[in-house]
Amino acid sequence: MKAATTSETAEREARRNRIRLMQGNEACAEGALAAGCRFFAGYPITPSSEIGEYLALHLPRVGGNFIQMEDEIASMAAIIGASLAGVKSMTATSGPGFSLKQENLGFACIAEIPCVVVNVMRGGPSTGLPTGPSQGDFMQARWGTHGDHPIVVLAPYSVREVFTETIRAFNLSESFRTPVILLMDEVLAHMREKVILPEPAECPAVDRLRPTGPPEAYLPYASDRDVSPLAPFGSGYRFHVTGLYHDETGFPTGSPAKIRQQMERLMGKMERGAGQIQRFELTGAVSGGSDPVDTLVVAYGSTARAAKHAVGEARQSKRSVALFRPVTLWPFPEAAIRQVSGSVRRVVVPEMSLGQLAGEVQKCIPPKAELRRVNRVDGIPIAPEEILDAIVA
Amino acid sequence: MANRIEVRFSGSGGQGIILSGVILAEAAAIYDNKNAVQSQSYGPEARGGASKAEVIISDGDIDYPKATNIDILLALTQVACDKYTPDLKEGGVLIVDSQEVLAIPEGNFRAYSIPIFRLAQEKVGKRIVANIIALGALVGLTGVVSRKALEEAVLSRVPRGTEDLNLTALRAGFEEAERLQRAEA
Amino acid sequence: MAFQYETYIRPSTFPHIWCPGCGNGIVVKALVRAIDRMGWSKDEVVVVSGIGCSSRTSGYLDFNTLHTTHGRAIAFATGIKMANPALKVIVVTGDGDALAIGGNHLIHAARRNMDLTVILFNNEIYAMTGGQYSPATPEEKMASTAPYGQIEPPFDIVRLAEGAGATFVARSTVFHAVQLENYIFKALNRSGFSLIEAVTNCPTVYGRRNRMPIPASFHAYYKKNSVPLEKAAKMSAEELTGKIVTGIFADVDKIGFIERYSRMSERAQAVRKKRYIKGSSPKGEVGN
Repeated sequence: MKAATTSETAEREARRNRIRLMQGNEACAEGALAAGCRFFAGYPITPSSEIGEYLALHLPRVGGNFIQMEDEIASMAAIIGASLAGVKSMTATSGPGFSLKQENLGFACIAEIPCVVVNVMRGGPSTGLPTGPSQGDFMQARWGTHGDHPIVVLAPYSVREVFTETIRAFNLSESFRTPVILLMDEVLAHMREKVILPEPAECPAVDRLRPTGPPEAYLPYASDRDVSPLAPFGSGYRFHVTGLYHDETGFPTGSPAKIRQQMERLMGKMERGAGQIQRFELTGAVSGGSDPVDTLVVAYGSTARAAKHAVGEARQSKRSVALFRPVTLWPFPEAAIRQVSGSVRRVVVPEMSLGQLAGEVQKCIPPKAELRRVNRVDGIPIAPEEILDAIVA
Repeated sequence: MANRIEVRFSGSGGQGIILSGVILAEAAAIYDNKNAVQSQSYGPEARGGASKAEVIISDGDIDYPKATNIDILLALTQVACDKYTPDLKEGGVLIVDSQEVLAIPEGNFRAYSIPIFRLAQEKVGKRIVANIIALGALVGLTGVVSRKALEEAVLSRVPRGTEDLNLTALRAGFEEAERLQRAEA
Repeated sequence: MAFQYETYIRPSTFPHIWCPGCGNGIVVKALVRAIDRMGWSKDEVVVVSGIGCSSRTSGYLDFNTLHTTHGRAIAFATGIKMANPALKVIVVTGDGDALAIGGNHLIHAARRNMDLTVILFNNEIYAMTGGQYSPATPEEKMASTAPYGQIEPPFDIVRLAEGAGATFVARSTVFHAVQLENYIFKALNRSGFSLIEAVTNCPTVYGRRNRMPIPASFHAYYKKNSVPLEKAAKMSAEELTGKIVTGIFADVDKIGFIERYSRMSERAQAVRKKRYIKGSSPKGEVGN
């Protein structure tokens, strides 16, 4: 046996670029690069640190910027600043850091600055369980910052989907001028999985609209459309950005009529865009089909993998079970769950939290359907048997 | 669940447990063209704490990424051996280091006690390659991936300039597996 | 011809929110004159501010302007500057904004020598919220949250910035408007992190509690108690009590963050070209 020659090494390298064993966090960083992200600011925190480490290595090579800021708050601030300068930007964190980012996240919501925030969920509250998985930030991702605000939250369940959903996160953030949160959990972030990466053409990157008219007529927050073009600083469109309530021009206003108009547009753009934003996967038959579903399982993230296993086993023993897996968590796919749960007898909601998803599902299912929760908050992922028990018992 | 095989590597931080898992998973996923998922758990310590890596290998899709019914368990400490042997399925394979693990629990499985750390010192002169010897022995005894795939995966993962060293370690592991199989036959 | 301030302000945003007699306008005018001397186009200038009276400056000026969250202006500005180094990024902040809630960002931007100019309006009080004590309130002064007098010592802002690594640091007051303008001009010419402490007056919530209700009394105070750095060097600590030492405290030629990043990036790209010369795409850009 001898050491590999140079050509053998190159061949291996090329092959590995198509088919790879990739870590979830690595796939997130790769997805960001593929989406055109060229600015990352972050602060080290388990279990998301690998995203920053990967981008610290790769961003300078593609002419992008990486900076490790002095804290989580500064990281969130810096990516908003970079985005205003016209560069797609991202930060990544976990529970405690996500809490710290909330104020500036709200700024991005009301000032309508595209950016992507990755939260790799770990046990909480507080320092909690740094190396253990959790899904306890489901509600915080929606309502973490104060005040009514629009937000998009995506939750992939496989390493390949981490890659594609990270791209989608950027695309939605650019399309809707809104922060998008990519919600992962420790299992997904740290597991390595065989991935055949999609061709770039399969995941095209979307860029924000830029104004083309005369600068003096530019309205960064026009009220006659959901999403106005966003001019990068330095492009000749001098405008003002503030976290204060503002009117169409971007300048602060105290006018109740103008505030109402802007806030309704802000919330409305998510409602009207829900069809484009929402993605989910249904495994097994749907209600009303030839095989009416008796039991519906609703799960997301790595828990959906255990659920898929359990549903597969239940179906093998001739149970009528389907899995509804939301990929878009917010706006919550209420209509879709209503439709598939129309005649179900039982709904099983496994989650690594104490009923945050279940509460939302409860609102969408028939009152007579029995809701069964399968919860774990001890750092141990929910096993397929636990879900199977809830399906069959 | 076609041919789902679950492997768990266990020991303490700094023994190369997680790298072993990554290499085995890459051997399966990239060089043997199967599906593979690798996951891990660890404590806050960089060195010395409990360390665990799992690899699921299958010809089909892998949904649940964690091991529940283990086919192959490697334990490099007595603590890990005592903790994880109950998860081993009937007829599974347990591989331990003969110096670190002195008491092998009772059970319906095949147990192999191998002087992994001693071989690393004697045959390669570096204790740090113990994980590669263990991988060689594990694959030699179970055939969970092909030897060729494992070699490729080792070469692509180890630092440049240490290829020969690691191939020597891998071969020592294969040889140890062959020796044990001859003794069994 | 008199200086045309109208060129740089947004008339639609006036009247401003500052009280009669507030010193902030003097600082803003000094800033605008300094920018004008730089000969920059309005399109290439970015003014970033935090929260507080002085931070309202961004809305009044006709540049690319960003009014951020409390204390975070420097962190937002860091993102802007890195993303587009061609932009001239100026941070306008106050003593509460920059030293208390934003203190961490201030010292770290100075440490990494981020290419920003910070104009710190020091009125020694939280004015917008009603006169609570700030990290710059002198000892024994009264504030709404120090009804028995301030017991905490204040930061020496210029020493703080200098110690943290800023390349250019100066202090002046609203009484010394021309000196203030000159210091800002020098700061704008520097690469790396520069900071100007502009001592300004708040007659409404500070003066009222501290026996200086008339704006002019502040100016008289600044005139009487300002000591140039060179002169202060020969004075004892006792003699300097209650004095405002003005001057340039740091002026060093040190490579800024942006230049360092650019050199590092070139190195990273050179390594990449060398390693992947055979045409196989490197890891990390598969999706590109």
